[in-house]
Amino acid sequence: MTAIIEIQGVCKAYGGVVANKEVSMEIKSGGITGLIGPNGSGKTTLFNSVVGYHPIDAGSIKFEGKEISKLQVQDIARLGLLRTFQQTRIYGLMNGVENMLISLPHRKMNLWDALKPNSKEDYEKADRLLEFVGLYEKRLLKSGDLSFGQQKLLEFAMALMNEPTCLLLDEPTAGINPTLINGLIDRLKRANAEFGITLFIIEHNMRVIMNMADTIYCMAHGEMLAQGTPDEIQNDQRVIDAYLGAH
Amino acid sequence: MAKKKLILYALILVFTFIAPFAFPAYGTQLATLWLMIIVAITWDMTGGQMGYNSLGNIFFYGTGMYVAALISIGQVYDVGEYTSAAGGGIYEFTDAQYFSGLFLGVIGAGIFCSITAVLIGYITFGLRGPYFAIGTLAVAIAAGELVSNWEWVGGGQGIALPVYPGDFDVGKIFFYFLFASVGVSVFIFVKWLYGTRFGAAINAIRDDEEKAEAMGIHTLRYKLITWAMAAFFVGMAGGISGFQLIHFEPLETAYQTINLGIFMVVCVLLGGKGTLWGPVVGAILFHLFKEVTWTYFLGWQWVALGALIVVTVVYFQDGLMGWLMHKRPHWFGIRVEESK
Amino acid sequence: MDQILSNLSLLVEFPIVNLKILIDGIMIGAIFVLVAYGLALVWGVMNVKNLAQGDFVISGGYVSWWLVQQGFPALLGVPVAFVVMWGVGWVAYKLVISRVIERDLFTSLLATFGLAIMMAQILNLMFGSDTQSVDLGYDTLFFADELIDVPIAKLIGVLMATVLAASVIWFMKTSRMGQAIRATAQDARAARVMGIDTEKVYAFTFSLNSAICGAAGAIIVMVWLIQPFYGIAYAIRAFVIVTAAGLGNLPGVIAAGLGIGALEQFGSHIFGIGYQQAIAVVLLLIVLIIRLIQQKRNRQVLK
Repeated sequence: MTAIIEIQGVCKAYGGVVANKEVSMEIKSGGITGLIGPNGSGKTTLFNSVVGYHPIDAGSIKFEGKEISKLQVQDIARLGLLRTFQQTRIYGLMNGVENMLISLPHRKMNLWDALKPNSKEDYEKADRLLEFVGLYEKRLLKSGDLSFGQQKLLEFAMALMNEPTCLLLDEPTAGINPTLINGLIDRLKRANAEFGITLFIIEHNMRVIMNMADTIYCMAHGEMLAQGTPDEIQNDQRVIDAYLGAH
Repeated sequence: MAKKKLILYALILVFTFIAPFAFPAYGTQLATLWLMIIVAITWDMTGGQMGYNSLGNIFFYGTGMYVAALISIGQVYDVGEYTSAAGGGIYEFTDAQYFSGLFLGVIGAGIFCSITAVLIGYITFGLRGPYFAIGTLAVAIAAGELVSNWEWVGGGQGIALPVYPGDFDVGKIFFYFLFASVGVSVFIFVKWLYGTRFGAAINAIRDDEEKAEAMGIHTLRYKLITWAMAAFFVGMAGGISGFQLIHFEPLETAYQTINLGIFMVVCVLLGGKGTLWGPVVGAILFHLFKEVTWTYFLGWQWVALGALIVVTVVYFQDGLMGWLMHKRPHWFGIRVEESK
Repeated sequence: MDQILSNLSLLVEFPIVNLKILIDGIMIGAIFVLVAYGLALVWGVMNVKNLAQGDFVISGGYVSWWLVQQGFPALLGVPVAFVVMWGVGWVAYKLVISRVIERDLFTSLLATFGLAIMMAQILNLMFGSDTQSVDLGYDTLFFADELIDVPIAKLIGVLMATVLAASVIWFMKTSRMGQAIRATAQDARAARVMGIDTEKVYAFTFSLNSAICGAAGAIIVMVWLIQPFYGIAYAIRAFVIVTAAGLGNLPGVIAAGLGIGALEQFGSHIFGIGYQQAIAVVLLLIVLIIRLIQQKRNRQVLK
């Protein structure tokens, strides 16, 4: 499999604190890649660098062979690289269907398309995806009134609506009660298998990530510590030490 | 559209048409009401619908006024000469010149303001929230100050335009219809626009711009186009105003930041930000308030106005339409789940 | 254009004139610094961007002017204006500001704008729209062959401004209220949890700002001019300073304030007095653009 995202030697420091030091990794196209590491290991910093939230001090980040480390958030999103937010961001004043419709891929529209109202196909696609995440019954309610877990599902559906090539998920199961987590894992896997979307997931929940990913990277203290299949990572002494705190 | 709604709109249109004939004494006030409606609706395009609260839309009003005047004067006389004579006496315009100048000028004003909006927007739309408001206010004030030092366009004296060729009362009706047609056009325009994907996109920008960017929406493109469209209508309104007022000055009339500039915001707040009828209803309410205070509280009207702004902002944030949406959400198609 | 060139050439021919303009600018700039400090204080503590700042200044000026009309010595105007405007600020806070603190930023901006309009109009009704000033009748010091004139009144003004600024800063550093204010500025919720009455802090801060503005206005009426509608210009200058220097940056505020004063004087000398108001606004736009470019390098926007 080719690498859809190539991260090479990325360095990022905040004042005196080095958040990322010479971090390199590859996200394979079509697969599910996980990123784990204890708090403060620099996962979120790396994530934010990739999606365009802040500049990097050194290194290169390539998406589909194209350098993206100097691009702004919306340009990167328009290349087909989307992200979800840890605190789950949706358009709270709109209802579910409207949230979905606004998530149609604008990069595939020109101005004339934008001046038309949404078509029947758009509505059908929205309904299908809402059904896929199990929110069909709630689709006409103001999305700000939905529960946190439901909003997370909505955000996920919106991301799917945008037909991304690659989806970056920041702790997708954070704050969700255990019964909903299985449903979420299942849908993530199906999105990857059926829609061919590459997934790159930061996760703290070991059960979830070991269940889903085909490759896992582990970071600690701002550096890349280990990589491998879930089995390899679980048995890697360095990873165990990092989480249990041995220096 | 549902039959009932169509009939309602038709009635409103008929009323719009006969109003100046039915109430001839209020001709100018009705025209001003339409002006308020125009600036309110256009303010809401970027403000209530898109979340960018501009305090400088009056810039387009003033610029439109000047551009229209310059185009109409310029097609007959040398502008520099005309303005330095302060329009005194010898500059005659034939009827044909007056009307062609007016129409060309107004259209030209609209187009010029649209283009200006796109150019200025590149800078102002990098600013968010209060910085956008202050930045746009600064643009409007700067324009007023700089223009008042520019002799070619009349400097601090402003410009005097020719009077309407014909009966004075006919002129009042003429200007009423000019404003009303722009007003009706902008209303129909936004009614259509808010139902398209474009409308949804600018709502998304308002609700969470970072999210919209992260989803790949061309936020800058939408922002520029929206402001350009608003500027088009405001520019035209400014152009028409110039001819209606006959004489205008840069700071008091054209770039009146603390008068019309802030009125447009209050209108929308009163009526309800981000709704279709809010700006219209608000403009009507505000116009009534203004007429009443000007007549009965002369001397204190400005204080009353400032107080209205403060009270509206503090207590009636959602405006009339907002209040209605809260009380009767189903009128607006909003579903509320029964609490369990 | 010719006028501009001849003005410029004057500066080149007589370099000493540059010094005069610079001194004038710095002296008036000192007062801008005071006003900007107050704006930054309210901004930092309550996140309210007070567009009525300039009108508080002008109001203070009128308090002092009115006193002088009644026969009181002019210098008394400064402390009296301080106290009177403290009260005005407190009332404004209770009636208006307190209700918009927790809301979105446009609301507080509009509310203060409405307040600004009201104040300017009330002043206009009370005192008329002529410009006013107070003549202290002091001598002028002359330097460099009478090319540089420094009215003693202006020097006193700058001195008073400096003393006031120093007192406020000392107060903020040492007093308990000063500490409470700084704590609230950093994290209002944490301050409340620690037992600080944030409502009192807010009222105090806003009143303090209003008082500072009032004193500044009283100084201005002695060394310059006031007029009911000059307020917005002061507000804009204060915004320019705070935006250029950043909120917590006191030396930056001082530098920016003196800088604006100087730039305005140079600008009005070179371009003509009619451009005086325009300069502040244009500076604001320039500062905003510079900040924008800086943020863009960080892949961010100006919030």
